[in-house]
Amino acid sequence: MEWLVSTCFGVMIACGVYLVLRARTFPVILGLTLMGYAVNLFLFLTGRLHTNLPDIISSSQTRYADPLPQALVLTAIVIGFAMIAFVVVLSLRALGELDTDHVDGHKEKPPS
Amino acid sequence: MINHLIVGPLLLPLLMGTIIILNTNQPIARRRILGLSSCLAILVITIILLFQSADGPIQTYVLGDWPTPFGIVMVLDRLSAMMLCITALLSLLCLAYAARGTDRQGKNFHALFQFQLLGINGAFLTGDIFNLFVFFEIMLLSSYGLVLHGGGGLRTRAGMHYVMLNLVGSSIFLVGVGILYALLGTLNMADLAVRMSQAPAENAALLQAAGLILFAVFALKAALLPLCFWLPDAYGFTSAPVAALFAVMTKVGVYVILRVYCLIFSEYAGVGAGLLTAWLLPAALITLAAGAAGVAGSRDLRRITAYLVIMSVGTLLAVIGTFQREAVAAAIVYLPHTTFMTAAMFLVADLIGRQRPHTVTGLVPDRPVGQPTLLGLLFLTAAVAIGGLPPLSGFFAKVMMLMTVTDSAGAPWIWGLVLGGGLLTLIALGRAGSVIFWKLLPADDPGTGRETAPVPVYTPADLFPAVLLLGISPLLVIFGGVITEFAFAAADHVINPVHYIEAVLGPDRSFPLLLSSGGE
Repeated sequence: MEWLVSTCFGVMIACGVYLVLRARTFPVILGLTLMGYAVNLFLFLTGRLHTNLPDIISSSQTRYADPLPQALVLTAIVIGFAMIAFVVVLSLRALGELDTDHVDGHKEKPPS
Repeated sequence: MINHLIVGPLLLPLLMGTIIILNTNQPIARRRILGLSSCLAILVITIILLFQSADGPIQTYVLGDWPTPFGIVMVLDRLSAMMLCITALLSLLCLAYAARGTDRQGKNFHALFQFQLLGINGAFLTGDIFNLFVFFEIMLLSSYGLVLHGGGGLRTRAGMHYVMLNLVGSSIFLVGVGILYALLGTLNMADLAVRMSQAPAENAALLQAAGLILFAVFALKAALLPLCFWLPDAYGFTSAPVAALFAVMTKVGVYVILRVYCLIFSEYAGVGAGLLTAWLLPAALITLAAGAAGVAGSRDLRRITAYLVIMSVGTLLAVIGTFQREAVAAAIVYLPHTTFMTAAMFLVADLIGRQRPHTVTGLVPDRPVGQPTLLGLLFLTAAVAIGGLPPLSGFFAKVMMLMTVTDSAGAPWIWGLVLGGGLLTLIALGRAGSVIFWKLLPADDPGTGRETAPVPVYTPADLFPAVLLLGISPLLVIFGGVITEFAFAAADHVINPVHYIEAVLGPDRSFPLLLSSGGE
């Protein structure tokens, strides 16, 4: 289980980094999104991997699921969502103003 | 007795920003009055807080009265009070400058400006590391809007780099915070410091990795090499009052580095002790050298000023990187000077640029500016202050910094690079001034089409923000004794984590910290 989850996290971050390093805005945004998802997963995991643990503390239970990472990940998801929405709008505006979707604003070379 | 003034710098901009949004379609004068009165009120509050903290203990404000370390806590010590005060004064003057026309370029300028203040003030006040992330995001999201304010291809391109880099930075920040929480089980910074000192050795590698991951994020905010390449474009192409306000944004990074690495990774921190001593000084010195090269190599006054911001961060962090009390105090003296003077230079550069309609702030010969004596004097004052020449504050702050680092092993490097960087700054600013004010094209040069463009003539209302910002420099010299005393007291609170922990968690909780270091 731990092996599987950490592999998932690693693969998502690796794909995210690869996409962020691309030269067009669309793959870069996909990469940022993917990195955001991976980080959310990571935050979720900071409460450790458990199954069937109660989330309410009671006198009969000695172990319970950590509620704080869930609160953190909710905050991170909301903020990440806003940021991605912003960067999508920004890259559309850049496409309009710079007339290209290259992140450095380079124009397309005419086909030879 | 809880001091409710502490949340004032957070609640006021939040409330005013919301009211300004409701007034988006009203005449702009109403938004200006709301924004300026908010900034003025924040300034009054922060001055009261500054005086309270100057001769008082560290104050805390527990939101919702949740017992620490479970709830979010705001902490006001001398350094954060000073940073709040700097931000408030700078924002008031920048907004006054923007109200002369820049704010007409977009409807939401004033609302974004208030939310920007909320984010910056929050980052200075918070005592919870996840809350720090949230305030960083508020600060960044508003800064994205402000960087792009006014539009244009260059601004959009620079803004896009800035946004994407910071999004990656936010992701990395969360990874760092996640590791700390997973291993230490808390997010309160004072509690993190206590638990870090008790952390078992088998977690050392992960905890140190978390510390360095966080350092990478803070270095991106502070614009340390190699994470500083976004800054010249973002600051150089955005509108002048925004660039001037952003002079304090890099200082947020500096403040957070100072706060986190003197508290969580302090000398008492056990496995995390002295994490940055090997990294901060070299990184800062290289940043300083790169900033100086940028200043010397730029062909535009706005870009020169942007590189001056990088140099000031390099200087501050190099001195802080020695992690000695006196050096930190000297950095605290230098911090208001460098923030206000680089901001003033952005405004002066804009004033010059608007009277040179063809070349703006580019360093190429053009027709004379409309008011050469006035602008020349402003430029000269700013250049003398930034370059660190005697009558103004830059000189005294730099002397203090150089004198306090003499014991450190890196002293020759700091001396060489600070002085060499100062010399390059003087040469670059001298050259910029001589090209702008003396290397002139004849006013009636036929055939160039340059004789027709009208230039604005500045009234005192246009000039007073820049003049007041420059006027801070002699004040910093006149009140130098008081400021130095305050800086030493602030450095005491910063460099010794015990004060902070006792203020947040209660008097007996710092005990494990002292035990772990084999102290009292």
